[in-house]
Amino acid sequence: MEKATWNTKVGLAQMLKGGVIMDVVNPEQAKIAEEAGAVAVMALERVPADIRAQGGVARMSDPSLISQIMAAVTIPVMAKARIGHFVEAQILEVLGIDYIDESEVLTPADEEHHINKHHFKVPFVCGCRNLGEALRRLSEGAAMLRTKGEAGTGNVVEAVRHARAVYGEIRRLQGMSEDELFVAAKNMQAPYELVQVIAKAGRLPVVNFAAGGIATPADAALLMQLGVDGVFVGSGIFKSGDPARRAKAIVEATTHFNDPKIIAEVSKDLGEAMVGIEINTIPKEKLLAERGW
Amino acid sequence: MKVGVLALQGAFREHAEMLKQLGLVAQLVRLPEQLAEVDHLIIPGGESTTISKLLVRFGLLEPLRQRAGQDLALWGTCAGAILMARQIEGGWPSGLSHLGVLDIVIQRNGFGRQLDSFETDLALPALGPKPVQGIFIRAPVIKTVGPEVEVLARLPAKDSVVAARQGRLLVTTFHPELTTDARLHRYFLAL
Repeated sequence: MEKATWNTKVGLAQMLKGGVIMDVVNPEQAKIAEEAGAVAVMALERVPADIRAQGGVARMSDPSLISQIMAAVTIPVMAKARIGHFVEAQILEVLGIDYIDESEVLTPADEEHHINKHHFKVPFVCGCRNLGEALRRLSEGAAMLRTKGEAGTGNVVEAVRHARAVYGEIRRLQGMSEDELFVAAKNMQAPYELVQVIAKAGRLPVVNFAAGGIATPADAALLMQLGVDGVFVGSGIFKSGDPARRAKAIVEATTHFNDPKIIAEVSKDLGEAMVGIEINTIPKEKLLAERGW
Repeated sequence: MKVGVLALQGAFREHAEMLKQLGLVAQLVRLPEQLAEVDHLIIPGGESTTISKLLVRFGLLEPLRQRAGQDLALWGTCAGAILMARQIEGGWPSGLSHLGVLDIVIQRNGFGRQLDSFETDLALPALGPKPVQGIFIRAPVIKTVGPEVEVLARLPAKDSVVAARQGRLLVTTFHPELTTDARLHRYFLAL
């Protein structure tokens, strides 16, 4: 009997596919998320919209809050550690969390190194903006990916940009000769072995969700149609007028992402969506997706 | 024969790809009219509470319950096994529905959380002498099996049932769809 194998790490993400992972800041929200049909929750102290509004250093949540959320629901619970902060990750592992998100939404602790995720028993999910970034995270041991989008904006444009980049680059690799793959690997600063695997398979070797700016059922279905395996919704649910209802609608639209009739039906009468932010009104140094490399 | 994979959420693509290896094109089932077309259905691993809600919301629970084991052979892996069990012991939020068609009592996340997920080889004599690769992910534990239920495999370390069959109903608490071994899929198609 062997625990924490690559199969069990990647496998949990496989079981989340076609589902919605929701940001929650307390046990009550976690219960609402579970009741709405979330496949997992992300436990954190402040949703990205509040981190953006309040500023300051954003860190891993208080362990007691995380434990309370783990006790409140029966679905998997994820939590965020700062980029490069392997002690926050060690703490999360001791708490028995199901997945760690090494996240650009928190303030990075290391501007050069990401966490060496091979050293952990608990699996990691990491953000990416393009295929090169995705493959660098995989070589560090990430067992799941998510495109970054721009968290806390309620604006889906960056999530779309990043999903299109990742899948477009995979399609381009598929058409390349072996000679060209060497150059592609060099240009995207990714390990050649992984580039070769992806060119052959035509897809990523792990599950890839979309994140950052998803606020409506249509946003979720859009990303699903672009090829992601599922969606993270952060501020989009609990910063809206009727969180329970919107959460349920986003779950249903994610399942039926190819059925516009059902998406139209579930999109009716959801109340106020979160107020969105135009990306070009955000100063460059406040763009979260730029964190990590 | 027309085989389907319930595609509301979870590892349905992996099951469909296993079936493709066996030369079959699986019908992905998300709505009642798609269910009506199939005579074999796999409920994949995934989040059982999510799948339960979507089964009710999209009108699949009742037709599934009526046809299961009759004109529909049904195989549940992990979350699917939870949904098929007669009784779910603990860890099942109140008010949630399940199929309750196979006479076992099951406990969700019975081995623990993700850090307790594991891999091990399993003897499964019905498939021949070669062991099966058992991948268990936040897996449920089958606590008791009814008199009509045939035990197909046990976990030696815990003496716990991990594969069982009752007529045309099959459950496994592990994930054959995450391996390259299609023997259990072939076994199911013969039910």
